[in-house]
Amino acid sequence: MKLRVFVPCDAGAVAVGADLVARALAEAARSRDVALDIVRTGSRGLYWLEPMVEIETAAGRVAYGPMGQCDAANVLDATLGHGAHALRLGMAEEIPWLKRQTRLTFARCGVVDPRSLDDFRAHAGCRGLAQAVTLGPEATIEQVVQSGLRGRGGAGFPTGIKWRTVAQAQDPQKYIVCNADEGDSGTFADRMIMEGDPFVLIEGMAIAGFAVGATKGYVYIRSEYPHAIATMQAACAAARRGGLLGRNIAGSSHDFDIEVRAGAGAYVCGEETSLLESLEGKRGIVRAKPPLPAHHGLFGKPTVINNVLSFASVPIILEKGAAFYKDFGMGKSHGTMPIQLAGNVKHGGLFETAFGVTLGELVDDIGGGTLTGRPVRAVQVGGPLGAYFPRALFDTPFDYEAFAARDGLIGHGGIVVFDDRVNMAKQARFAMEFCAIESCGKCTPCRIGSTRGVETVDRIITGENREANLEVLRDLCNTMKFGSLCALGGFTPYPVMSALTHFPEDFGAAPKRLEAAE
Amino acid sequence: MPAYEPWNVERANALIAEHAGREGPLLPILHAFQEEFGYVDAAAEPLIAQALNISRAEVHGVVTFYHDFRRALAGRHVLKLCRAEACQAAGGDEIAARAEQQLGTAMGRTTADGSVTLEPVYCLGLCATAPSAMLDGRVHGRLDDKRLDALLREARP
Repeated sequence: MKLRVFVPCDAGAVAVGADLVARALAEAARSRDVALDIVRTGSRGLYWLEPMVEIETAAGRVAYGPMGQCDAANVLDATLGHGAHALRLGMAEEIPWLKRQTRLTFARCGVVDPRSLDDFRAHAGCRGLAQAVTLGPEATIEQVVQSGLRGRGGAGFPTGIKWRTVAQAQDPQKYIVCNADEGDSGTFADRMIMEGDPFVLIEGMAIAGFAVGATKGYVYIRSEYPHAIATMQAACAAARRGGLLGRNIAGSSHDFDIEVRAGAGAYVCGEETSLLESLEGKRGIVRAKPPLPAHHGLFGKPTVINNVLSFASVPIILEKGAAFYKDFGMGKSHGTMPIQLAGNVKHGGLFETAFGVTLGELVDDIGGGTLTGRPVRAVQVGGPLGAYFPRALFDTPFDYEAFAARDGLIGHGGIVVFDDRVNMAKQARFAMEFCAIESCGKCTPCRIGSTRGVETVDRIITGENREANLEVLRDLCNTMKFGSLCALGGFTPYPVMSALTHFPEDFGAAPKRLEAAE
Repeated sequence: MPAYEPWNVERANALIAEHAGREGPLLPILHAFQEEFGYVDAAAEPLIAQALNISRAEVHGVVTFYHDFRRALAGRHVLKLCRAEACQAAGGDEIAARAEQQLGTAMGRTTADGSVTLEPVYCLGLCATAPSAMLDGRVHGRLDDKRLDALLREARP
């Protein structure tokens, strides 16, 4: 009998030795004359347990982790001898951290072989596309509208409305563009999907192509993600061979193909119009809107541009119906959000759950507090352009509107945890510095404001005319917020102002009690 | 350690021809140059401009806009350290300072012996196994002094 062993090939697992563990397992099996079938999967997203290896048994998959190279032989022996092992975590699906999640978008991630279309089909893949073909383009868009799905890239614009606009545009050439330029620190959900379940993204884009009448799609992946680029390329080739891409997809009369393109290290290219410029082969300079990409997008053609998670959420909406998806969540935030816990956190990883969970639950309960064991002082939610939240605001529910009401944003769903050694003035300075490094240079508030911002924070830190410079900083943030063309300059004030508002003592001001949270 | 071809015009033209027919071919061409030669030679700009029927200024503008494209060869090894927030929260500042001190060079520079180029990177998406780094395209997470020193020894035996 051949023993099946699942070892992640996700970059996060590889970074902590998954390849070495796979090699050690193969060697240990050889020396014991055991037939071993090593399947490389994506990650389940329980990163503090990575590399997490799963071994198939009659009852299901048994997980072990975090595995080191030297554990391979004795884990294999324990499995063969039915013995206990210190790293044994029990059945993978029963691990509480995984079990309490609602995995819709990430249902297959960490389970299937990301390079096998057959495995994807065997795990309920391609059903959404089949349903879309049955429904026809208009009803497909209606399902996406009804589901309440909002853009998961950060802006939260209703996906179905975007699609409808492109469907109504008259042009023989339309495009589907996937924004996989996941540059926000603390986020890795796009990377995990592309490395762990790339076919769900391909299926989602194919559904979009079918629905709006586009024949060509691009996935623009940042160059910092070489593993995701390689997996997506392999998956596209497999999808072409298997009829998921190419002519007459899924038995329809519609043709659709996808090309993978690599970015070149510019953060601003995560902004949709800058991304389109980059795909066209230009500097990633932001375009003024309107015209919207839906009317005038890639090469001037009507274009659906969505984040990886938005496309990846579409197949299950089509498969199970809009109502099924819409029932999850709260207020105007429907469905589930893949939340990413990162930084100085004990249980870091991907936690997909319905909107509405509070920040405190996420950080203290699910995340387990800091890895260093020190008190949590601040968390940054939504990437480098997201606000810093103090413990006093930990009752904020994870919801687009609730975060906006507290001068924050959920962005792409990343939460970076800091312990009590963090200096918030330094973090505010970094936000300005990052904006200065990454600004595309088109609009003045962002290009000049970010550099002036760094200088002003420096003066505040050294105590030079502190009160006057604090006023300059507030004024500058206001100018950037309302005067910038895109979210880079427009949202940099969020981390800066939240640091200043909630942690004034770090800026040399007298400690101030947080005013009523509203 | 990556091995690169020395710059040569015939090979450059072949690479341009390979990609010129694609939609938006400029970034794929520049990536191909960087993979082949390790950098984008200044002499490449007029060749590309000619082939794509755009101005040299446009090509130059694109080459200089993106952080990835090098205008000269890097050191024999490239060590990218993540300097973004998640890695800062997990001790990335100390790791970066140690790397600079051990290598005797500053972030963004190459060591005097040409062995290592040390670069900042703003997020490798390894934020739950921070601090993270990439050495010659291979990823490393949960860096501490010991693991960093091992990477530095690998780059400078």
